[in-house]
Amino acid sequence: MDAASLPAALDLVASGGAGLSPEKRAALGASLPLLQRDYRFERVWFWGSIQGLRGAYYIAEGLGPDRAAPRSRLYSLNCVEWSLLPPASEDTVAQAEKLKGRFQGDPSFEYELTEIKAEDAEKLIEDGQQPVIKEEARLVATIEQIDKAVGIIPRGSFVKTPLGSVHENRNFEGLSLTEAKKLSSYFHLTEPVNLKNKTLLEKADLDPSTDFLDSLEHDIPKGSWTVQLEKGGIVVVLRSLLWLGLTFYHVPMTKQYGYVYFGTGEKNLDLPFML
Amino acid sequence: MAEPPAEPPPPEAQAGPAAGRDRGPQEQPWPEEGPEQPPHEVFEPDEVHPRPQQPEPGRAARAYQGVGHASAQPRELRHSAYQPRAPGQEPYRAQDQRGGVCQPHAPGRAPSQSRSPEQYLCQPHGREQAPYEPQISEIADRQRYTLGQDSYRAQEPRQSAYESYAPGLDPYQTHAPRSAYETYALQEEPYQAYEPGHGPYQPHEPGYGLYQLGYSLYEDQIPDPNPRLLAIQNAKAYLLKSSTASGLNLYDHLANMLTKILDEQPTNAVDIIENISKDVKWAQFHKKMDTLRDEHEILPTFEAAEKRKALFLKAHGEGDEELEDEIAETPLPNVMETAFYFEQAGIGLSKDETYHIFLALKQLISVQPIQTCRFWGKILGLEMNYIIAEVQYHDRAEEEEAEEEEDNEEGGKGMGEDKEDEDEEKEDDEPPQSTYKPPPVIPKEDNGTGTNKYIYFVCNEPGKPWVKLPPVTPAQIVCARKIKKFFTGRLDAPVVSFPPFPGNEANYLRAQIARISAGTQIGPIGFYQFGEEEGDEEEEGGGGRDTYEENPDFQPLSVVEMVDSLSMWVHHTQNILKQGRCVWLNPFQKSEEEEEGEEEEKAEETDEVHQEIGPPLLTPVSEDEGIQNVPAWTAQYSTNLVPQYAVAILQSNRWPGAYAFASGRRFDNIYLGWGHKYSPENHTPSLPPPVQTEYPSGPEITETNDPTVEEEQALKAAQEEALAAVEEEEEEEEEEDEDEEEDD
Repeated sequence: MDAASLPAALDLVASGGAGLSPEKRAALGASLPLLQRDYRFERVWFWGSIQGLRGAYYIAEGLGPDRAAPRSRLYSLNCVEWSLLPPASEDTVAQAEKLKGRFQGDPSFEYELTEIKAEDAEKLIEDGQQPVIKEEARLVATIEQIDKAVGIIPRGSFVKTPLGSVHENRNFEGLSLTEAKKLSSYFHLTEPVNLKNKTLLEKADLDPSTDFLDSLEHDIPKGSWTVQLEKGGIVVVLRSLLWLGLTFYHVPMTKQYGYVYFGTGEKNLDLPFML
Repeated sequence: MAEPPAEPPPPEAQAGPAAGRDRGPQEQPWPEEGPEQPPHEVFEPDEVHPRPQQPEPGRAARAYQGVGHASAQPRELRHSAYQPRAPGQEPYRAQDQRGGVCQPHAPGRAPSQSRSPEQYLCQPHGREQAPYEPQISEIADRQRYTLGQDSYRAQEPRQSAYESYAPGLDPYQTHAPRSAYETYALQEEPYQAYEPGHGPYQPHEPGYGLYQLGYSLYEDQIPDPNPRLLAIQNAKAYLLKSSTASGLNLYDHLANMLTKILDEQPTNAVDIIENISKDVKWAQFHKKMDTLRDEHEILPTFEAAEKRKALFLKAHGEGDEELEDEIAETPLPNVMETAFYFEQAGIGLSKDETYHIFLALKQLISVQPIQTCRFWGKILGLEMNYIIAEVQYHDRAEEEEAEEEEDNEEGGKGMGEDKEDEDEEKEDDEPPQSTYKPPPVIPKEDNGTGTNKYIYFVCNEPGKPWVKLPPVTPAQIVCARKIKKFFTGRLDAPVVSFPPFPGNEANYLRAQIARISAGTQIGPIGFYQFGEEEGDEEEEGGGGRDTYEENPDFQPLSVVEMVDSLSMWVHHTQNILKQGRCVWLNPFQKSEEEEEGEEEEKAEETDEVHQEIGPPLLTPVSEDEGIQNVPAWTAQYSTNLVPQYAVAILQSNRWPGAYAFASGRRFDNIYLGWGHKYSPENHTPSLPPPVQTEYPSGPEITETNDPTVEEEQALKAAQEEALAAVEEEEEEEEEEDEDEEEDD
């Protein structure tokens, strides 16, 4: 969620039970603008928090002029001092996927990689490194996974310019109530995968400036999103069942939308059994 | 209205752009000018607007050229078509090719542009101005363009305002990709679903392929300077043609759009020009008074608001006496106070929702005979969520409840007895009966004890009626431990699972609530103590005490102690045994009234049932087992910055979503989550049990191989030998007898 609209947005997602204490809110209100100044971000998003066993990580993302470019991620343990996370490489993401269990809450904690191949392990030992992965790396890999899998935006809120970069659509007035209840009105804010699989008929109806991303309609498994009208129908809240804790909100017919993650940072692999 | 030609611009036109925002499609932004009237009449669509009384087409064409020129700051956009061309070139011919709603050009029209868009691109701006030259001589002086004029005077200054943008266009003209132009040349259709020319399309993107033609469609048409005027007239006439689909025409639409842009002066208008175009079209079809897109859509919101408003209204007329009664002793918990403490840790619902729940609880109390009430928590579901209240009835109310339930159960049993009578009659030629005996049904605990100590009410949203959940049975708890299902939000939804859950969602919800309560309801040590009747311990079979009372001498512990040591917290809800009950019951124990003979027979068959023992009530939380290497609880301060006012917060790791706080004498628990236990391993559904042996194996139904031929013959031979042997013996005996007789 955008840092500027943080207080109002937190109220809208609080129906899931997770939120921030007044102290943290106040701290974010002070530190996020400073982040924007120091790192020269165009936008700062409060991504959410991952609860560890001994403490929680608070995550912020910074966006540059192209909103679809890889984002800078920062974490903090107290919402006041932020540290930049190294970008997640594919190897790191693959390794982190194998790790199970909760986050510890200590950024320097090292996980043993038990399932690493023998060759890689030898290679690492030769380099002088142990086959371990730090919690920081696991953190950024998890954030990357969550963003890729369930980071969503309403349709029409971002446009692609002729030069290929993605900007916020200043003409976006919000989805209507009927549109907001449909899964096809929301897109994954990540590299599209399914676009080329659409039939020509479907492609003809698309608007390339706004329909350049995958929609939620074809997410597997079906039913991995819950759509609810909260607060008496004022706000539409989407919750992901694959990553429990990811909440997306949108107030229909207004420009307010955003997503936030409050959870333990674990994928819900039991989802097919639970539906 | 038709203005006479060559009239000075009427005063309204003076206010051109200012008046523009009030103008609908009916008004014309440009006054009549120029002597060439007749062509207008030909193309004037009477039903639409007086627009056709525009100045000569040549002028208009130039006007548009200017307009397009000026506002097409990024040449890549559609207005490329409007750039001034060399004499004789018809920029609008392109529209012909689409075959859309555009009507064919008048016959005799000059061929369109000779140059490919590239050439337009490469033309320096100064040269673009050149085409204006020949026209200027034909037009009245006041129509002459001047650069830099104020844009808000008469029409010409307006046009000149556009013109004034022209110098800024230079950089754009040469940089735009060639392909963009072709695309625009191709499609001017305002109703196209997408706008090609949005940049390098990847093969998988919807716009791919349209700009791949690689050539201009009009390269074979050579400009002819002579019928240029006619071409311009035709161009304008073309613009004024109204679309067969919508009744609009391009001329008006562009005028409206530009009017809107000039009125509103958005920044970077060129970036949002298409959206502005769409908005202008939209505005045509909507009356200005209509602020709702679709009235029907808002209804659900209104209904929900009505319900919530009802919460705020008092149920009946209140006198002063009743007010005092309310304040005196009410089971209503101070939900807002609890919410405040949890909020210090960032846990809880929004204040609005909490207040609504508060009022809903008040409503519940006024309806039901409730002694104690607590907001238990919220469980999220797929379609709707559950808000759960934990209550205890007054004693007399409990007895009534128990009687009602017994009636229901007896009704069910009566039907079962009838069935048994029928079955006995049919037992003559039956296949072997199965020896399967289902495990004994463990009876549920009485209301007010064990797992059914509290009664739970749920509602989907504050304002909706509260529904009472049925008491939970041990079988349901045992099954709930094996399955993991999301709640849908409807209490009557079936729970489809394996092992099959004995009940519907209401029962599953109740079972999960019971499990969560048993595992996570904690409080500071010393707050509760056992009653002083210790003699009861032996009678209950070692099941432990199940009642407690508040300790009047409770000394609140400091927050530091509460957080540092988990042994300062105790469970005040009984632990549920593996059996599904809090107090163990031997299922094979017969009451004393039954015959002893049966007991003896059955005692041999039943397995030994061990008494299950669980941690007793008021066990410290530090004894809770973690899962693998995850401790059961995480203790934190609510704030590190202000430790003197911090609150001790405990989060459960076994049931994510269960929280407890303690601050001085105040403490409480809450659950906000999905209603599932944490397991680091993936959920493995239980496998089906092995196939049962249906019948006992015995010789009469055991299969054996049929004897083979050799075996039969051998058997026959053996039998014959035996017979032969017997005969020989008989013969010998006869001989002996004969011998004996002979001897005699």
